[in-house]
Amino acid sequence: MSALRTGRRALLTAAVASVALAAPALAQDGPQIDHIHFLIGGGAGGGWDGTARGTGEALTAAGLVETATFENMSGGGGGKAIGYMIENANSLHDTMLVSSTPIVIRSLTGFFPHNFRDLTLIAGTIGDYAAIITNADSPYQTFGDLIAAFEADPSSVAVGGGSVPGGMDHLVAAMAFEAAGADPIALKYIPYDAGGAMNAALLSGEIAAGSTGFSEVVALASAGEIRVLGITATARVSALPDAPTFEEQGFDVDFVNWRGFFAAPGLPEDKVAAYRGVLAAMYDTAEWEAVRARNGWVNIHNSGDDFLAFLENQEQVIGDLMHKLGFL
Amino acid sequence: MLEGILLGLSTALSIQNLLMVTGGCLVGTFIGMLPGLGPMSIIAIMIPVAITVADPAAALILLAGVYYGAVFGGSTSSILINAPGVPSTVASSFDGYPLTRQGKAGKALTVAAIASFAGGTVGAILLMAFAPALVSVALLFHSAEYFALMVVGLSAIAAFAGKGQVAKATMMTLFGLILATVGESALFNAPRFTMGLMDLQSGLSFITLAMALFALPEAIYLVLDPKRSQTGGGKSGEIKELYITKAEARQIAPVIGRQSIQGFLIGVLPGAGATIASFLGYAVERNIAKGADQEAFGKGSLKGLAAPESANNAASTGSFVPLLTLGIPGSGSTAVLLGALIALNVQPGPRLMMDNPEVFWSVIISMYIGNVILLILNLPLIPYIAKVLALPRNYLVPFILFFTMMGSYIGQNNATELLILVGMGVFATILRFANFPLAPLLIGFILGQMMEDNFSRAANIADGASFLWERPMTLGMLIIALALIVLPTVRSRSGQPHKPKPPEGPTP
Repeated sequence: MSALRTGRRALLTAAVASVALAAPALAQDGPQIDHIHFLIGGGAGGGWDGTARGTGEALTAAGLVETATFENMSGGGGGKAIGYMIENANSLHDTMLVSSTPIVIRSLTGFFPHNFRDLTLIAGTIGDYAAIITNADSPYQTFGDLIAAFEADPSSVAVGGGSVPGGMDHLVAAMAFEAAGADPIALKYIPYDAGGAMNAALLSGEIAAGSTGFSEVVALASAGEIRVLGITATARVSALPDAPTFEEQGFDVDFVNWRGFFAAPGLPEDKVAAYRGVLAAMYDTAEWEAVRARNGWVNIHNSGDDFLAFLENQEQVIGDLMHKLGFL
Repeated sequence: MLEGILLGLSTALSIQNLLMVTGGCLVGTFIGMLPGLGPMSIIAIMIPVAITVADPAAALILLAGVYYGAVFGGSTSSILINAPGVPSTVASSFDGYPLTRQGKAGKALTVAAIASFAGGTVGAILLMAFAPALVSVALLFHSAEYFALMVVGLSAIAAFAGKGQVAKATMMTLFGLILATVGESALFNAPRFTMGLMDLQSGLSFITLAMALFALPEAIYLVLDPKRSQTGGGKSGEIKELYITKAEARQIAPVIGRQSIQGFLIGVLPGAGATIASFLGYAVERNIAKGADQEAFGKGSLKGLAAPESANNAASTGSFVPLLTLGIPGSGSTAVLLGALIALNVQPGPRLMMDNPEVFWSVIISMYIGNVILLILNLPLIPYIAKVLALPRNYLVPFILFFTMMGSYIGQNNATELLILVGMGVFATILRFANFPLAPLLIGFILGQMMEDNFSRAANIADGASFLWERPMTLGMLIIALALIVLPTVRSRSGQPHKPKPPEGPTP
């Protein structure tokens, strides 16, 4: 019964949308896609998951795509899903893989036998700043306080994160510590399965601070459970205006974790164009704006060749940083 | 609070929401019966449907119904064909499947239904009464305590270390722990023991191993041992013992009572969940049981089935405490639910009760209603479900094989899983012929990864293993674990029944 209702509603929205988009649709043969299957290389509730589901929600609600399905395929820090895309490329023409900065990091460390060049690049769609957070009851009011405690006794300040050692959360924490003049190699980084588990550990007092994605902290910070010590944006973000940036505290930390979509290698050109088309059209919809604002994401749209250039630049920057920090 | 309960009642009891919870329970139960699709995947499948239901309370009620249905349905395949589809129903197969083989499938399903109902209901009541107060309990546990809790859970292997089996059970446990190290560990950030295979980088999958160790050897046994297959999948008279007797009800009532509470408390911990609760429940109840009662564990004890069933359902409810009060998901399934809530513009956390009281209370009330509906739906269905076993052997075996293969394939959509399944299945069958207990292997595998991660985190934070004796709660739980493992062995050696220990759950 509910399935029937969904169908009807989807049909209705599709009808409305096609009326609304009639003019441009005639011009460019329409950005309509029947179905997109989102492959998520990580567990439910994580950043990739939120990105894929949010994008799918906006695309279907705005009538750009009729139906969207989602599949979580955790493993190998996302490597399994990439391998799966490459191995089964011919049968995955309706599938888009969500990925982000870790695809670059893990290819650099050599854990992935593949890198982004082995997939079809669709587009980078959003960015998410990183944040260093602490328990709302903790004695650290500013990032400087945390650094002072660390300088006094490095082993007493454990910083948690939702990624493996050497992964993005660790990298961001090390960047921030280095920018503050502390030794990032002495930093005690504690890995958790996901941001949620790290937050629980933070609230329980197991770790002094946590390194995680900004969009993942908005809710808990608004609820007053955690305190944001710094975000890696260059200016405060409207989703959480109370969160200070590192820059305003005098630490030069500027980092954006991009998120975007990839497709199977060898995807036919018309499909590639259609995917890029719906993603580009998505930015103008109210549905996307609602999803974006709710999650505190930043629109950073890099489609096609721009995406390749962006990724190559990031590979360079992150690679240098990892060499400097001793991760490589 | 009374006002809130009334608000929740009026929301949850509307015709639309009753339909939602019933529909959710039905979908959840039936999909949950398929191995490979656990509550998490089913909820993820249902989220797009739920989001089209614009009312957040109704959508959440639907998803909650799906969740309970899935937890509930998951035990069916464990009991009937020894194919636990999710880790939390592994312990249910320890005694559930032996009961089936004794021709008591109907009775086993009835016990499971009643125990689940009681666990879920007690859980909902505790959630209603103590959710805000329990938050502090949830935050008492650090990685060190989680590690110790996993060790206590590991003591469930004692049930399989009967006479002359101690060495074999220990060997199998160690083997399970070894298998758990395949893939990436949290500590080293490098793939281990993968032989360069990408498919092994994230480790062996639970569902494949469970099917290979439990269901596959069972199906092969049905073929290789015709004598047993007569008692396994024989006459329709097999399912005559459908209902439990008064004496049996009296026997399992205290077990269900204890495990509903203990399971709930374990479920509240964000890092433990239904699996640990079911193993702990099994281990604790086996230790409390005396003499012949204790001997029966693992061989078709009603208590041994009731304990994990009430514990895992109560724990599933308990995992809503950190979700609803802190906004922190305590398990994979609640993490998916959190995603759904956010998509519905409901932000769980301490303000949920104030901002969206109708959501908070209607979810809790719908848990209760969901449990009642599950019981009403399932009790009359049991004879029909149990009839599956009355199928002739030449249909039953392919049916189990199909189920097994599908279960291990659909989890990851990866054909390599099938190769691993067959390889491990052959290996497991050989072990079974050599009379090695396979349950300890699976227990070791399930707990191994969590044990290692928590141990490495705790050791990292404490700069060494000193947390083992410096943290009183950790030390206490490790001593309990040691007692749970050593005492039964000593007792069976000396042949003199020891005075039973009081139930020692993880003291919050």
